[in-house]
Amino acid sequence: MLTFIVRRLLQTLPIIFAVAALIFVLFSVIPGTFASSMSEDGRSVLDPEIMARMNKEFGYDDPVYVRFGKYIRQLASFDLGTSFRTRQPVISVIADRLWPTAQLAFASMVFAIVIGVPLGFIAALRSDSWVDMVSMVTAVSGLSLPKFWLGLMLMYLFALVLGWLPSFGYGDGSFRYLILPAVALGVAPMALLARTTRAAVLDIMNADFVRTARAKGMSERRVVQWHLTRNALVIVLTTIGLQFGTVIGQAVVVEKLFSWPGLGSLLVDSVTLRDIPVVQGSILVIVLLFLLINTLVDVLCAVIDPRIKYS
Amino acid sequence: MWKKLIATTALALVIGGVAEAQTPRKGGTIRFTAPYGSSFANLDIHTSNRAQDEIWAKAIHRTLYNWDAVNNKPVLELAKSVSVSSDGLVYTYKLRDDAIFHHGRAMNADDIIWTFTRLMDGSKAYPGARYIRIIKGAVEVEKGQAKEISGLKKIDDHTIEMTLTEKVDPGYYFYQSMLSIYPADEASKDSFNSKPIGLGPYKFSEYVPGSRLAAERWEKFYKPGMPYADKVVISIIGEAAARDVAFRNKEIDASILGPAQYVAYKADPALSKGILEVAEVYTRVMGLNPTFKPFADKRVRQAINHAIDADLIIKRLNKEKAYRATSWLPLSSPAYDTGLKPYAYDPEKAKKLLAEAGYPQGFEFEWTATSNESWGIPIVEAAIPMLEKVGIKVKIKPVEGTVLSEVARKGEYQAFIWSLSTGPDPLAALKCFHSATPQTACNYTLFKNPEFDKLLDEASATSDPEKRIENLKKANAIVYEEAPMWFFNYNKAVMAYQPWLKGLQPNATELAIQNYEEMWVDESSPASK
Repeated sequence: MLTFIVRRLLQTLPIIFAVAALIFVLFSVIPGTFASSMSEDGRSVLDPEIMARMNKEFGYDDPVYVRFGKYIRQLASFDLGTSFRTRQPVISVIADRLWPTAQLAFASMVFAIVIGVPLGFIAALRSDSWVDMVSMVTAVSGLSLPKFWLGLMLMYLFALVLGWLPSFGYGDGSFRYLILPAVALGVAPMALLARTTRAAVLDIMNADFVRTARAKGMSERRVVQWHLTRNALVIVLTTIGLQFGTVIGQAVVVEKLFSWPGLGSLLVDSVTLRDIPVVQGSILVIVLLFLLINTLVDVLCAVIDPRIKYS
Repeated sequence: MWKKLIATTALALVIGGVAEAQTPRKGGTIRFTAPYGSSFANLDIHTSNRAQDEIWAKAIHRTLYNWDAVNNKPVLELAKSVSVSSDGLVYTYKLRDDAIFHHGRAMNADDIIWTFTRLMDGSKAYPGARYIRIIKGAVEVEKGQAKEISGLKKIDDHTIEMTLTEKVDPGYYFYQSMLSIYPADEASKDSFNSKPIGLGPYKFSEYVPGSRLAAERWEKFYKPGMPYADKVVISIIGEAAARDVAFRNKEIDASILGPAQYVAYKADPALSKGILEVAEVYTRVMGLNPTFKPFADKRVRQAINHAIDADLIIKRLNKEKAYRATSWLPLSSPAYDTGLKPYAYDPEKAKKLLAEAGYPQGFEFEWTATSNESWGIPIVEAAIPMLEKVGIKVKIKPVEGTVLSEVARKGEYQAFIWSLSTGPDPLAALKCFHSATPQTACNYTLFKNPEFDKLLDEASATSDPEKRIENLKKANAIVYEEAPMWFFNYNKAVMAYQPWLKGLQPNATELAIQNYEEMWVDESSPASK
């Protein structure tokens, strides 16, 4: 298994390099620099000499290939550079935001799994009944709702109307501040998990080994427990892994709306202000997290289903 | 109409005054907001010129001057008095001896000299350097030719002499937080970036990047009895809708409003009681690039000013959250000329001017704009049919703010629409049209007029304040006549505040920037204890 994990991790290296190159090229061609972002609010005219100095300090005066070479050399030594805006190492800027994003992503996935997976199971087991219909309408609605709108509605209902929860912010990092953003972010993966689970369970219900089990007189409870659940779990786990990574990427909207101090809001701010080292670093970290989570899921799938080989 | 506008501005000043007149209460927490999108840059305010960062800096730091929002002028802050030489170039400041940094040491002349010298470090790109350059010898430090600013001398621990290179009011140069005075002994340490030490009314206590900054009352603040509140918490809430919910839910004490919220709050009997309106020093304009052939002709530029019904757009789209612009200088500017009338909406006159300029069939141009609701694409879309009526066709080029800033400086546009700071110093604001000012600075429309230059040069040289204002009014009138821009509106900044929050100031330079020591909360605040 160790060889498998090491091989999977090594496979991520070319992906990371490709992503790094892509981000670099993208932000080399789009107009706007950090210096020009400083007069974007029209409030303070930035002196041309100071702008020129900033561009020099941040390496904009160097040819693209020189900057790329420097960037790759830095990456090779695990150095993500220095933030233009905060003038601190990018790693420490990202580290400040990683925990809030991890909290949010984890909480939203817990919400998605706890609601979505049972909903999918019930819908499949009561296929074509009103339970199935309600479950799937809920799932489709969850997938269709824009996160921004949903977040606002949650704020309105649970903060303003009911007064149960705070409407924004990180507070002291306690659970009550986490609930609304986590639900806003977790509804879409919950809906997807419900649909995927339902489809997987329905598919397995018609499989030969399930029919054989029933024909042999195995109780329905045991059929569900031993055959349906274990076999459906592989597909569900794969979806969870993919969604976990997606949730980290999609946290951008929710974090901005709820003033949640995570990686997503850092990324948006950094793109707006052309703090390129932080943009590059944040995207790389998100990609890395996505790859790590999915590697972990692959390992778990192999543990659950012995038919999946480590090769 | 102008009487009404001036009355509104006066009303805003009175609101501030009324708040001041009540008996302040000690204790509680002020829960303020930083509404301009992004998180704070960092905790070294010297590195940022953005309003968003100045919002927190005002709690912790102080500058040589401060902005007096009620009287709309810069006033001494860290000095008790100043004397000026007869040639108007040498300023001698008697510094406060009661200004204590948050680590307990009293401020002295060395701190001011150290701070200004730091800002001129040529290897760094501190945005405040452009203001320090008016001190003799500052440029030499910036270029690495000297280590000390020759025009900045310590007379004694609490007296400094500052020699300027030109006759300007240094108050307009040294009041912004990007020039905050740092303690020389502490500010060079790495820890300063995470635990700033200042002279402000509140002492830094906590920063959650991207979320909030909190500061506690500094008991040794130099203004007797101030600050009133125990604590100030500044939350970053960039989304207007989220801010609206938080305000209505009484989680924050104040919120900056956009046009849609302005209408809703004014219509609400309870919320309408807590609205502060100020004519800010921002002018929304369409810059016209004279290198694009039609815009080289003054008659075409004037035609555009006549062709767009700005009043209608202000009413329908800005929801009256703006004042009609006449020329460059805004309502609150001391050189604003009440006698100057805005270009009248007159499509027939516009057509006539276009025909005289050789464009009887009109022409087509590209209009660069951001998505901003008050001065971006929605405004352009409203103006398009009006321009079409006189034969001018428009193609919209959507960009984001950072790109707009870049294309305007590089002249890579035919027309752009932007909200630009036009104050508080009218001389500095009008310098953007001086022919010596490059496009990369702020002469975005490559304005060049010898008569204008002469008026401005005379205004810079004179020691007579009345003559200066007179010259600036005339210069502003030339800008009006030459119409290098479509003068759209002056921003009406609107802040909603809770009934328990007192002491807000009608700051025309930027309403969201407040002197927190003047603010307090009464016992009805949810955070009164």
